[in-house]
Amino acid sequence: MAVMESSTSVVLGGTRGGPSVTHLRKDRWWLQPVVTMSILTAFVIYSTWAAFQNRYYYVGAGVHRDLISPFYSPCIADDCVSGSKAGWHFSGWSLSPALLILIFPLGFRLTCYYYRRSYYRAFWWSPPACAVADAHGTYTGETRFPLIMQNVHRYFFYAGLVFNVLLTIDAVEAFREPGLGWGVSVGTIVLCVNAALLWLYSLSCHACRHLCGGHVKSFSQHKIRHRLWKLVTPLNAKHMNFAWASLFVVALTDVYVRLVASGALTDYKLF
Amino acid sequence: MADVTMRIWRGDANGGNFETFTLAQNEGEVVLDVIHRIQATEAPDLACRWNCKAGKCGSCSAEINGKPRLMCMTRMDQLPEGEVTVTPMKTFPIIRDLVTDVSFNYVQAQKVPALLPPPMPERGYVMFQEDVERGQEFRKCIECFMCQDVCHVIRDHEENKEHYSGPRFFIRYAELEMHPLDTNDRRHLLREEMGLGYCNITKCCTEVCPEHIHITDNAIIPLKERVVDAAYDPVAWLGRKIRRKHNRTADEAAVQPAP
Ligand code: SF4
Ligand code: SF4
Ligand code: FES
Ligand code: FES
Repeated sequence: MAVMESSTSVVLGGTRGGPSVTHLRKDRWWLQPVVTMSILTAFVIYSTWAAFQNRYYYVGAGVHRDLISPFYSPCIADDCVSGSKAGWHFSGWSLSPALLILIFPLGFRLTCYYYRRSYYRAFWWSPPACAVADAHGTYTGETRFPLIMQNVHRYFFYAGLVFNVLLTIDAVEAFREPGLGWGVSVGTIVLCVNAALLWLYSLSCHACRHLCGGHVKSFSQHKIRHRLWKLVTPLNAKHMNFAWASLFVVALTDVYVRLVASGALTDYKLF
Repeated sequence: MADVTMRIWRGDANGGNFETFTLAQNEGEVVLDVIHRIQATEAPDLACRWNCKAGKCGSCSAEINGKPRLMCMTRMDQLPEGEVTVTPMKTFPIIRDLVTDVSFNYVQAQKVPALLPPPMPERGYVMFQEDVERGQEFRKCIECFMCQDVCHVIRDHEENKEHYSGPRFFIRYAELEMHPLDTNDRRHLLREEMGLGYCNITKCCTEVCPEHIHITDNAIIPLKERVVDAAYDPVAWLGRKIRRKHNRTADEAAVQPAP
């Protein structure tokens, strides 16, 4: 047996035990990456398709509603359908406005710590599951370009907050029923749930937890930050749930608005 | 009760093989009990490490059916039907059978710049409950090194061991960085020499930790965010310039003046 000395440098290359196989797991470890990959791929395909449609994203005064799809809000292109246009617009942009604004929510989710965990496992197989070999020969993690850019996550978080405010305004406006006054329809509920979930997703973000109070060395010296940190910490523990729930609902909201706008569905008035 | 079949790795640095043992299953046994029974009967030379048999000493780490587990805390009746595979931790060099040389971890432990408190005030140091609570979770670590074992950064890439301290030590860094009486700044050290950026937060360390420490959420991600403050956030950088706050460099932080 080798003599072991106390040392401050790592000795590389000792013989490892166990067989030379990629894994010895007996459970269905591949299920989770496959499910994640399928859901994320479906979402990417749907949202790309929806972003290029450039129609059926707004239900307006014609049917006494004010519902806009989250993929198209704020509508800042030159030729937004009547009633959907935001206060400011990008003059000269005649493509789908979704192509302009989706960059932000996309960047927010791409750099999200939870989604990173999911797609590194599901798409990059680095690693596909715990104690199952990484599919790559070399590995530098998030230390080099492009993955070092994950460190900008907090800026996407800030941008996400702006979108949350805008989509909250949309949700409030969804109570408007032009020509009739105010009311609640299924669409109103859909937009409200969407806005609420987006807030929960943002507020449970790890960067948010850090910026609220996680960065301090001493809670006792920073009472307000400590209180804020204690408020967002339980949300943070559920970040995964909010990430999935808000992803589904944001897509469903677009589907709903699209169906109503295209005339395939009537937005049922509740009261 | 039915018999159990154990497929156990036997060997040393010169190579090895699985050896299969079949023996009667007793009620309420854990994997370590079965290993001990094999030692007591068929294979007295079967090497394994253990001390407490209570999940508290962190000695009996191994891989059971391909997953890092404590042998003393894994009940036989909770494993799926069929033979049970037991192998040594894969990430560390083998000594014999189920025993590995975990000295990599002690090297990493020595590299952690210790707590550096400010000079003692007259009334002594004062700690508040909310500050104590924050690091308490990390003190539960029993140094089983299963998080280090499962971490693909070094499990699948031996060369990274040179510049990666691993999840067990990230929780130690986090505890120190969150300690109100500490004046060391280890953020640059973490980024430049301890390989915090190699972790891709895939959370396997958290999945295997027998103490259920939230290694990724409460230590690694907060540390990554602190490194962003120190190295990647232009606004934070500007704020520091304006307030003239000085950060110790990696070298300064690595030097530990005598307390
Ligand atoms: S989360 Fe990071 S430290 Fe933990 S196992 Fe994964 S790569 Fe390693
Ligand atoms: S953090 Fe958990 S898994 Fe890692 S050494 Fe400590 S007790 Fe073991
Ligand atoms: S949004 Fe997921 S961690 Fe920030
Ligand atoms: S023997 Fe102590 S943890 Fe298993």
